[in-house]
This record gives sequence, C-alpha cells and structure tokens, in this order.
Amino acid sequence: MELELTSVWFSLIAVLFMGFFLLEGFDYGVGILLPWLAKTDTERRQIINTIGPHWDGNEVWAITAGGAMFAAFPHWYATMFSGFYIALVLMLLALILRGVAFEFRSKDKNPKWRLFWDWAIFFGSFIPAILWGVAIANLVKGVPIDGRMNYSGDFFDLLSPYTLIGGLVTLSIFTLHGALFLNMKTDGAVMERSQQAAQRVWLPTVVIVLVFVGLSYVDTDLFDQLGVNPGISALGAAVALLAAGALIYKRQTLWAFVMTSLTIIFTVITVFRGLYPRVMVSSIDPDFSLTIHNASSSEYTLKIMTVIALTLVPIVLLYQGWTYWVFRHRITTKSHLEY
Amino acid sequence: MDALDLARLQFAVTTVYHFFFVPLSLGLSILVALMHTAYARTGNEVYMKMTKFWGKLFIINFAMGVVTGIVMEFQFGMNWSEYARFMGDIFGAPLAIEALVAFFIESTFLGVWIFGWGKLPKGLHAASMWLVAFGTNISALWILIANSFMQQPVGYKLAEYTLPNGEVATRVVMDDFLAIVTNPNIFVQYPHVLAGGMTTAAFFVLGVSAYHLLKKGGENRNVFRRSFQLGAIYGAVGVFLVIVGGHDQAQHMVDSQPMKMAAAEALWDSEDSASLSLFTVGDEKDRDDVFAIRLPSLLSILAYNSSEAEVRGINNLQAEYEATYGPGDYVPPVAISYWSFRIMVGAGFLMLGILLVTLYLNFEGSLEQHQRFLKVLMVAIPLPYIANSAGWMLAEVGRQPWMVFGLQRVEDAVSPNVAASAVWFSLITFTLLYGGLMAADIYLLRKYATSDDIEVLPIPQSPARPVPQAAYSGD
Repeated sequence: MELELTSVWFSLIAVLFMGFFLLEGFDYGVGILLPWLAKTDTERRQIINTIGPHWDGNEVWAITAGGAMFAAFPHWYATMFSGFYIALVLMLLALILRGVAFEFRSKDKNPKWRLFWDWAIFFGSFIPAILWGVAIANLVKGVPIDGRMNYSGDFFDLLSPYTLIGGLVTLSIFTLHGALFLNMKTDGAVMERSQQAAQRVWLPTVVIVLVFVGLSYVDTDLFDQLGVNPGISALGAAVALLAAGALIYKRQTLWAFVMTSLTIIFTVITVFRGLYPRVMVSSIDPDFSLTIHNASSSEYTLKIMTVIALTLVPIVLLYQGWTYWVFRHRITTKSHLEY
Repeated sequence: MDALDLARLQFAVTTVYHFFFVPLSLGLSILVALMHTAYARTGNEVYMKMTKFWGKLFIINFAMGVVTGIVMEFQFGMNWSEYARFMGDIFGAPLAIEALVAFFIESTFLGVWIFGWGKLPKGLHAASMWLVAFGTNISALWILIANSFMQQPVGYKLAEYTLPNGEVATRVVMDDFLAIVTNPNIFVQYPHVLAGGMTTAAFFVLGVSAYHLLKKGGENRNVFRRSFQLGAIYGAVGVFLVIVGGHDQAQHMVDSQPMKMAAAEALWDSEDSASLSLFTVGDEKDRDDVFAIRLPSLLSILAYNSSEAEVRGINNLQAEYEATYGPGDYVPPVAISYWSFRIMVGAGFLMLGILLVTLYLNFEGSLEQHQRFLKVLMVAIPLPYIANSAGWMLAEVGRQPWMVFGLQRVEDAVSPNVAASAVWFSLITFTLLYGGLMAADIYLLRKYATSDDIEVLPIPQSPARPVPQAAYSGD
C-alpha cells in the first residue's frame, strides 16, 4: 500500500499544532492569569518564572507549523496568511510584545516599567489565545476563497458568532490549562489562588465548549464529515474535559492537567479529521476549497521533508522533554528568580 | 503609494530591523560559549563574570532578534502570497528545516542556559550555550540557502498546475535538493555573514570594554581587560574573513548577477580593463556619469584577477536581458546599489584599520594609556551595523526588478488580494512598535553595558545533580 505523503504531512501539521497548543496553551494561560493571581511583585515573578525556561521553545512549535505549512502546502500558507492579514498583524503585535516582555520585565526595578511589561504579557497571551480559536473556527466554517485560491473577504468576514465562540473556546481551555500548570509549579498563596482559578474557570469552559459543539452542527460540516457518531476523538475530548473538572475538585492537579492536555489533543484531532482532506473550506464554492491535493508541494519535496521531519521531531521531543525534567521543581517566592 | 510599494517598504523596514539584532547574536553566542567553557574548565571567577556580563547583553539582544524574526516568516505569506505560491515548493523547505534544526535548539537551550545556573553541572551548562551558538549560526545557514535560491536559482524545474477555477499556472518545483543546499552562492554568502557576525560582536565587546577601561578603578577591571583581548583577536579574525569573503562574493556576483555588480560600480557600459569608481555622481535616467573619479583597470583586476578582462556594463546587460526575458527595465536602482556597496566596503576597511591598531596597542601593552583610542572604540560600535545593513541593501536592492533572479519579478510576487490600506495598517503598526522597542532595547543594553556591578551567584562548589522531588504531584 502506498502511503500518500500529502496525508502524512496533513497529520504532521496536526501534530505540530497539537504540540503547540498543548505547550504554549499553558504559557498563554499563565500569562492571562498573571495580573489576577499575583498580589506582589515577587508573586508576579514567581508566576512568570514557572514558564521562564520553556515559553520560547514552546512558541517554536507554531513557527515550525507555519514553516511546515509553507513547505508542504504552499497554497494553504499563501491563502491563509494573506487572507487573515489584519488578524495576523494583531497576532504578531501580541507575540512580539510578549516575547520581549519576558526578557525585559525584571531587568529594571522601576514599577512603571514592570507594570507595562506585565500588561504586555497579559495582552500578548490573551489576544493570541482568542485569535487561534477564531482562526481554526474559520478554517472549519469556511471563508470566501475564490477560484484562484485567494481570500476575497476582509477582516470582519472572519468575525461571526461561531468563530468568536471558537476564540472563547481556546481562551478558556488555555486559561484552565495554565491555572493547572501554575498549581503544579508554585507554592503558597499563588498555588492556592490558581486552584481557585481552575475551579472557577472549569464550568464556563464546559458551557462554552458545549455551545461551540452545538453551533458546529449548525454552522459547519465538521460533524457531517465525521458522521452522526462524532467518533472517538470528540468523545475523548468531552470525557477528558469532564474528568478534568472532577480531578480539579479532588485537587489531583497532575491528573487534571493530563486531562486538559488530552482535551487539547483530542480537539485538534477532531478538527483536523473534520477538515480532511481539505485544509481551508471555501464558502463560495466547495470546489474552491483548498485540499491536501490542490494546495500541496511536489511529491519530491514532500519526500525529502518527510525524511527530515521524521528524523528531527523525535529528537526535539527528547530534549524538550528533558528540560521539563531539569526544571521540574516548584518555583517559590524564595527561589532565585531569573525573570 | 500602492500596495506593492508599501509591501516593499515594509519588507525593507522589517528586514533591516531584524538584521540589526541578528549579527550580534551570531557572533556573541560563540564568544559567550567560549567564556563559559573557560569558566567550566578553570573555575576562575573572572571567566564566570565575563560569561554573566556578556550573557545578559546577549539575552537582551537575542530576544529582539527572535520576535522580529517571526514577522519575517509570516510576511512571505501575508504580503507576498504569489511568491509563496510560485516558490513554496523550494522556499518553504529550508524555512521548515530552519525551525526544526535551529529554532528549536536555540530557544530550548537558551532557556536551559538562562535558568540553568546552579541547577546544571558546569560542563553541561556551558554545553547548552554551545548549542545556542550552534542553533543561531545554523539558522543563518538555512535562511541563506533560501535566499541564495533567490539570488541564483539552481536545482529546480518549472511545473504547471491547475487552479480550482481551471486556469493553468506555473511554479518552480524542486528537482535536486542537494543542488539547492549546495548552491554555489551559499559558499560565498554564508562565510561572509558569519564573519560579519563575529566582527559585530567584536566591536560591541571592544567598545563596551573600552568604556569600562576608561573608568577609574572599578573592581572588575580584569573582567574587561580579558574581554577586550578576546574581542580583539576575535574581531581581527572576523574582519579578515569578512573582507576576504566579501571579495569572493563579489567575484561570484560578477558571474551570477553581473547587473548587480554593474550597478554597484555604476559601470554604464562594458569596458575592457575596467576602471574602479572611487566616487561617482551619476545620472540614473540617462545612465551617464556627471562626475567621477576612477582608478584605471582596478575593477577588472578585482573582478577577474586580470587587468585586461571585460566587465559588463549596465547598458549592455539591459540589452542582453531584453533579448532573454522580453521588454522591461532590468536596471536596479543604481544610486542605492552604488552607495550601499561603498558604505559597506568603506566601513569594512575602517574596521580593519581600527582592529590593527587595537591589536598593536593591546600586545604592546600600552592600550590603557591611549584613552583617546579607547573612546574611538566606543564610537566605533555602530560601524559593523552600518556595514551589515548596507550589505543587505546591496544584496536585495541590487537584485531588482527580480524577486527570484530570472524567474519572478517583484511586481508579480505581491499578494493580489491585500489592499493598500491593510499594508498601511501593518506598516504603521510595525514601525511604531519597532521604534518603541528599539528605545527600550537601547535603554536596557546601555544600562547593563555600563554597569560593572556583575551579579555573581552563590554557586555550590560541586553543583551536584538536582535532588529528585515529586514536584509534579498535585498535592
């Protein structure tokens, strides 16, 4: 049986997004919770330092996903990046401010300096957390793509009740995921507050996800593609999210974090399975949708890239995993804080 | 201005800005790794302080390089979607590989390095900085492999594909991956860029160290004395390689992109035994000199190692290209190409001169008596930055009107569906943001570069393995 390389790359990009949302998801959550869970400067530093060694490496998952889209499906990259133009400018603005904020924030003692960068971390996490959901909801729902593969709408065409709720889904899941991460990585008052935050965020998250799933039946063919039985991945996401709630109240944080991780993984699988074999749905004409066939690179390029990616991704996983082992200890207010 | 001009302007602004930070990261990463290794091997506190001091400046600079790099990756799709469609089969691969082999390593191990003090054994900790240096410098290789294809396309073929509406379009597809990664242009461009990084870092280290050596007293004088020596040697090697490599690159360019060279030299008509322009005021419209000082035969010697050789001129190449590619204007902006070339080369030789004096005074032992020269070194910090920016201006502007030499023109590469208003929005957003960040960056660099209060951690004698704890249990 010949394995289609376009499908391999579709799956690989799904894996890259999984890795990204799983890892950067809690980074965003930590950034979003920063102004609300810390009362003092030391506590703010405690929170920021939990993701200090990791945030940059985590962000590279998205950079790699972007590079992989360019390499394997250039038309997907071209259509989406030129089409989602204004949204991407906002995303870049947020990511730039946030990245610089981590490095700059604690390098000066002036309270106003620190306050500015703390809000940069908040908005730099909050805006992308929403935009990723909006973007994915748009991929699934469909956007005006013409016969020459160009997006023919404007920024406001990307905003609809469905896609905005998609944004709330990622916002709430990442916040929950981040609260659990903080709970595992801190002690004292911040740990206690992150527990409360997780408890407070969980139920709204479930409600938002339910609304989104309901709207997906109405607004998209996500579940038509999957059949009436949405399949193991969607069920898995639902079960994991519910289980996370129970575990949060039992204060089994590690397992609750595993559950939010599974929620993220299963959600990405569900979305990509629902899209397959399309990568962007056209709302003008189904024939204008970008698919893994009409958007892809040549067989030769895909072959080369498959060998390279399948060699390198496991190595990346190994050394990134190792860093979580090296920095596995809780950050306390008495720890030496680099950020 | 229309969307095309705005997109070009935005590319110029964001690229020059990005490359403002990159060379220092390239060069300084290696220096910090060397310092850290010296500390790991000797345990000498001076080396630890050097590592800490320059490491902090490295981190501040590195952060700016990383975040402005994300813009570059997005921009090819945002403003240049037709380029992405035409070139994706070839251009996307090195970008993806760059992320996989370089970005992951540099970002992950920089985190390990910053937070690793006291948590990692010294050797492993120093090794993590070497991995950062490796990632940073190998990232430059992959992006230059991508850029080299634009300068000199190799290993490709043209292929047709059908759009969803039935139209047939053409794109380039990869024919030989090995040819693309061993593009002859790489072998002249990559060493030149790396050596530029070394030189940038050296002048930074020399200038900042000079500031500290000029101050009276100071408990960390030793730290800056030794940094100075390291910087002087590193810079001498760097500037030597940058000049030799630049010369190689120019000789390569005469063959692969003769028009770029003709523009850089303001050579209007082909000449046997061509003269080298020292100073030209030209008339771009009539393609003629208004005023010029030229040295006989020198250009032929530089280009072909022969005083007799013919160097092709702008008018002749224009006629040649019209015959090959059809009617059109194939002449890049001559004044920009000409002056950016001169600024780059001029700055290069000025740096060579400064470094020779530096080496002499340093090894003669009278450096600290020559206070005026130390001040010159402080003022010289921007020189490599000027040369780096001018170099890229020549490389990219000199390729005009081509986006991909001989294959795609810039006007055919722009996103057809992005309105000028959208590009205005992003151009203004990035310009304001970049302006503000530059101010913050310079403020911090200045603050830490001028402070000789170097933080030294109470590092345990034998930074043993971390004690395992069940830190992840949810209790």
